Amino acid sequence: MQYSAKVMDHFTNPRNVGEIENASGVGTVGNAKCGDIMRVYLEIDDAGVINDVKFKTFGCGAAVATSSMATELIKGKHIDEALKLTNRSVMEALDGLPAIKVHCSVLAEEAVRAALWDYAEKKGIKIDGLEKPAEDIHDSHHHDLEEDGC
Amino acid sequence: MKCDVKDTDAVKQMPKTIYLDNAATTILKPEVLDAMMPYLTEKYGNPSSIHSFGAGCSAVCESARKTIAGLINAKDNEIYFTSGGSESDNWAIKSVAYMKKDKGKHIITSAVEHHAVLETCEFLQRDGFEISFVGVDDKGIIKIDELKAAIRPDTILISVIYANNEIGTIQPIKEIGEIARSKGILFHTDAVQAFGHVPIDVEKENIDMMSASAHKIHGPKGIGMLYMKNNVKLTPMIHGGPHERKRRAGTSNVPGIVGFGKAAELSSISMAKNNAKITEKRNYLIDRILSEIPYSRLNGDRDRRLPGNANISFRYIEGESMLMMVDMKGIAASTGSACASGSLDPSHVLLAIGLPHEIAHGSLRMTLSEFTTKEELDYTVEALKEVVSKLRAMSPLYEDAMKKKEE
Repeated sequence: MQYSAKVMDHFTNPRNVGEIENASGVGTVGNAKCGDIMRVYLEIDDAGVINDVKFKTFGCGAAVATSSMATELIKGKHIDEALKLTNRSVMEALDGLPAIKVHCSVLAEEAVRAALWDYAEKKGIKIDGLEKPAEDIHDSHHHDLEEDGC
Repeated sequence: MKCDVKDTDAVKQMPKTIYLDNAATTILKPEVLDAMMPYLTEKYGNPSSIHSFGAGCSAVCESARKTIAGLINAKDNEIYFTSGGSESDNWAIKSVAYMKKDKGKHIITSAVEHHAVLETCEFLQRDGFEISFVGVDDKGIIKIDELKAAIRPDTILISVIYANNEIGTIQPIKEIGEIARSKGILFHTDAVQAFGHVPIDVEKENIDMMSASAHKIHGPKGIGMLYMKNNVKLTPMIHGGPHERKRRAGTSNVPGIVGFGKAAELSSISMAKNNAKITEKRNYLIDRILSEIPYSRLNGDRDRRLPGNANISFRYIEGESMLMMVDMKGIAASTGSACASGSLDPSHVLLAIGLPHEIAHGSLRMTLSEFTTKEELDYTVEALKEVVSKLRAMSPLYEDAMKKKEE
């Protein structure tokens, strides 16, 4: 199994690690049983622009790198743009992931959406195309992944 | 890292690689290579040939066989050379199963076996055999009462690992052998991690079959052996020529056998001295980590343990990330995390000793050799402190745990 140079770069020097106090939205997905948990903090202004984003991740090299890349891709973007983030776009931005690590990129997408959901809840607004995050992303799955529990 | 320039300052400052993965494989000793070299070059004869080219090669193979037999108190003709531990495990288990299937189709093994045993048993399970996987306690020691209770009239084989490859726990082999013998059941042990590292006596320990490998004791890869007690006549692993007493056909791997013999000889000469030295360093490493890195715990038994094995879980962080970061600092280790294994579950051994998944994911195995120095271990501890605190700083689990603590 070999990681791309971009994955190694984002793993070695992850961007946007940390917390945001009183964040506009916080989302945590994954579970420790499966070995990966990602938490995203968003700071969103009145115009709906994500001014700042931070993350914390418990997980493997791919989980850290996809978290870092996902935060880079949505930073400074309007929430409508952030909603378009998919696991595929995160993977492409990292020049790909080994097949067994694809589920890590799903985690990044879901964490961003969970944070946006939290923001919408706090603001009492409805964001089109955004659904309530699953209790455990590993239990529900789509994204043409072969999964057995995790 | 590729480096074409010699002796620049950058190269000098770069930490040399610290190899702490000796349970995976070991460095070939120069004396072993020297012993092998003639058989890779001018002495290329086939030991089966009648002429002098062949005869010389046959003699050295028999001499290696004698050395290896001597190390475990076996007879020369009870040692069968194979390609390594996995082949030996497959041979012993499958051969007994199919030879004895009319007597019974029940096999007992443990929950902490190497994959070569586990997967072989699972293969047999799909073919109609029944397998009992006996559990272990929190230190990884097999539950003897559970093993006794698992024995049935149709039990044909007990196979228990001598010393575990992940957590280093050494099993009560003599006791298990006694139980098996008193019930007339054949007993096999995978001793790949133990052979040449701890004293083994197949007679005293009631072992009928035992697997071992050369590359775990500073010998070459691709050569191992199955010890098969004289009254146990397994069906051939490979049918063909008369090699290995007609039980494992194929032209003998002469350089491999010679290297295996030399490595075994060197192990036997210095085992006691090396073990004391390695155990002391391993304890130093374990003690420093446990006292200097919070939320760390030792996996496996503190005393009934292979000399070189240190397996430690660091809470709130994940093993593959840890492995990659220590690798960047020049340290080669191993982990029981799922992410490093290609599956999504952490190591079956760590789960068998009762670790919750999240703690099993954060384990690091460091395995020492006689060449590991105290300086290397000091560097490793410092590197680990940095890596663990960096990963904890980005861990949501650590964040939650610390907030909970404040409350």
